[in-house]
Amino acid sequence: MSASGGSADLLIEGVARRFGEVVALDHVSLQVAQGELLTILGPSGSGKTTLLKVVAGFETPDAGRVTVGGADITALPPARRDIGMVFQNYALFPHLSVAANVAFPLEMRNVAKPEIERRVAEALAMVELKGYEARLPRQLSGGQQQRVALARAIVFNPRLLLLDEPFGALDRKLRETMQLEVRRLQRRLGLTTIFITHDQEEALVLSDRIAVMSRGTIQQIATTTEIYERPANDFVADFVGESNIFHGTMSAPGTVTLDGGRVLQVRSDRPAGSKVGVLMRPERFAPSGANAFAGEVIESVYLGTSFKLRLACEGGLELLVRQPARGALPAAGARMTVGIEPESIHVF
Amino acid sequence: MSRRLLVISCGLIYFFLMLPLLVVFPISLSSAPYMQFPPPGLSWQWYERYLDDPQWIDATWRSLYIGSATAVFALALGVPLAFALVRGKFFGRILIDRLALAPVIVPTIILSVAVYGLFAKLKLIGTWYGLVVAHTVLALPFVVLVIGAGLRDFDRSLEQAAEGLGASRWRTLARVTLPLLRPSLVSAGLLAFISSFDEVVVALFLAGANMTLPKKMFDNIMMEIDPTIAAVSVMQILLVSIVLVLIGRFGRGLRDSAR
Repeated sequence: MSASGGSADLLIEGVARRFGEVVALDHVSLQVAQGELLTILGPSGSGKTTLLKVVAGFETPDAGRVTVGGADITALPPARRDIGMVFQNYALFPHLSVAANVAFPLEMRNVAKPEIERRVAEALAMVELKGYEARLPRQLSGGQQQRVALARAIVFNPRLLLLDEPFGALDRKLRETMQLEVRRLQRRLGLTTIFITHDQEEALVLSDRIAVMSRGTIQQIATTTEIYERPANDFVADFVGESNIFHGTMSAPGTVTLDGGRVLQVRSDRPAGSKVGVLMRPERFAPSGANAFAGEVIESVYLGTSFKLRLACEGGLELLVRQPARGALPAAGARMTVGIEPESIHVF
Repeated sequence: MSRRLLVISCGLIYFFLMLPLLVVFPISLSSAPYMQFPPPGLSWQWYERYLDDPQWIDATWRSLYIGSATAVFALALGVPLAFALVRGKFFGRILIDRLALAPVIVPTIILSVAVYGLFAKLKLIGTWYGLVVAHTVLALPFVVLVIGAGLRDFDRSLEQAAEGLGASRWRTLARVTLPLLRPSLVSAGLLAFISSFDEVVVALFLAGANMTLPKKMFDNIMMEIDPTIAAVSVMQILLVSIVLVLIGRFGRGLRDSAR
C-alpha cells in the first residue's frame, strides 16, 4: 500500500489521447501547485473529462506523462494513485451506509478499526453530517449525498482531489452554498485540487487559476481575473462571461480600425498593421466615454440588478450593454448613447 | 364504460389462469377414492398417503437437492459467463451469447435424447449427479439472462469509484459489484432451482430408478390415478409460490429491470 503523503503538486506533460479519428487530448501540458485549486473549464467534448480520467487512471494516454509530487504515475492503476475523486453523480455505494461509504478507502488501506472510526467521524464532522452515519445514500438529499462523496474523497488524506462537475445536479441556492463550502474545505486542508466544469460562473467563484479547454487543447491558463479581463483569444473571450468581440487592424499605436470601419481608442502596444481582436465587456459601458456609440435599442431585458440591452449602432455594430437598473428600462426603438474608456477595451 | 370492460376481461383471464388451481386444490382434499369434481366430502387422506409413502418423500428430497445443486452449478458457470458476455470484447462473443440461450430454444425432448445417448456411454443414467449436469445446462440460460440484464444496468462509475478509493479488482468485485448484483443473483439462483424442480422430460430419460418428484408424479398418473397427485401438486405449487415470493422480495423483479 502506498503511503498517504498528503497533498502534492501535479505535473501533466504532453498528454495525448485519441479515440479513433477523434483527438480528445492534443498534447496537453499543465502544472498545478501544491494546495492550488485549478479549474478546467470547457464545453462538452473539449477533452476535459478525458484529461481528468487520465489523471485518475481510468484512461491511459497514448503519449505524455503525469507526475504527482515528483513521482511518475502514468502507468499506475487507479487503486494505487491515492487520488480522491468526487464523481458527477457522486457514485456513492448504494448498499453501504454513510459511515461505511466514508470508511471504504480506509478499509482498502488496511487502517486499524479504531483509527477508521476516528477518521470517519472527523471527516463527517468536517462536512457537517454528524448523526447521519447509519443512513443509506438514497435516504439523503442531493446536497447531503455530495457531502458524503466529498468526505469519502478526502478521508484518506489523498495526494490530489478531483471534482468532476459535482454541482451540476444541485439547485442554484444549494450549489452556491456547496461551492463556498468546498472552497473553504479545500483551503483549510491545503488540498491540491482539479475541478472540472462547463459553467464559467462556477469556475470564477472557485478557482485560483482556470485552464480553458477546447477541442483537446488548453486555450489559456491563467488566474480568474486574467481569464476574464485579458482573454487570449476569441474562444476564451466568448466562453467566459458575456462579451462584445470584434476584429480589426492596429491602424496606429493605440488605435484600432474595426473591419466595419469604426475607429476605437485602445491601450495596446501591438505594432501598427497587426490583425487584432477587440473585447468589450457589456458592464464596462458608461453613459459616456472616450469611445462613444450612438445607437437604437433593439432589445431590452430587466434583470433585477441590471438592464441588459442590445444596441444597433452605426457602421453595423451590434453591442450588448449592461447598465445598473436605475430609472426606467429603455424601450425598444429608443435612441441612446454609451461610451467606453480605452483601458476598458481588451486587445488580443 | 371501457374501464369496466377492461376490469371484466382481466378478471376472466385471471379466473382462467387460476382455474386449474381451483380444481386441484379441492380434489386434493377429496374423500372420494378417485378423481372427482366437485369432491363429495373433505379429508386429509391424500396428504397422509403422500407423507406416509417413502417413495414420495424420497422423490421430494431428491428433487430438492438436485434443484439446489443445479442452482449452485448454474450460478457458478452462468455468472462468469454473463460477465464475459456483457463486458468482454473477444472474437465470437455474439456467437457464444446466442449459444448460451440454445437450451431454451432447442426442444427439451431432443436435448434429452442427445444427453441420454451421451450419458449412457458415460454410465451417468440413473445417477442424481447426472441429472444435475443435465439440469444445469437447462438452467444456464436463465442465469445468463438475469445476470446479464443486471450487469447491463450496472452503474460502472461505482466500480471506478471503488478502484479510485484504493480497492483492487477483486475487492471491488467482492465489496461493490457482487453485493449490488445480489438481487439478480437471488433471482437467477431461484429460477435455476425452479427450472430443475419442475423439470420432467429430461428426468424421464435420465433418472432411471432414482425418481424426481415430477417423474414420480408422471409415473403415478400412468399407473394409478388417485388424488394423491393432487395433494402433491398443491404442495409443489405452494413451494414454487414461496420461491416466487422470495424472488419478488429479495430478487431482481422479472418485470422491472430498472430497480
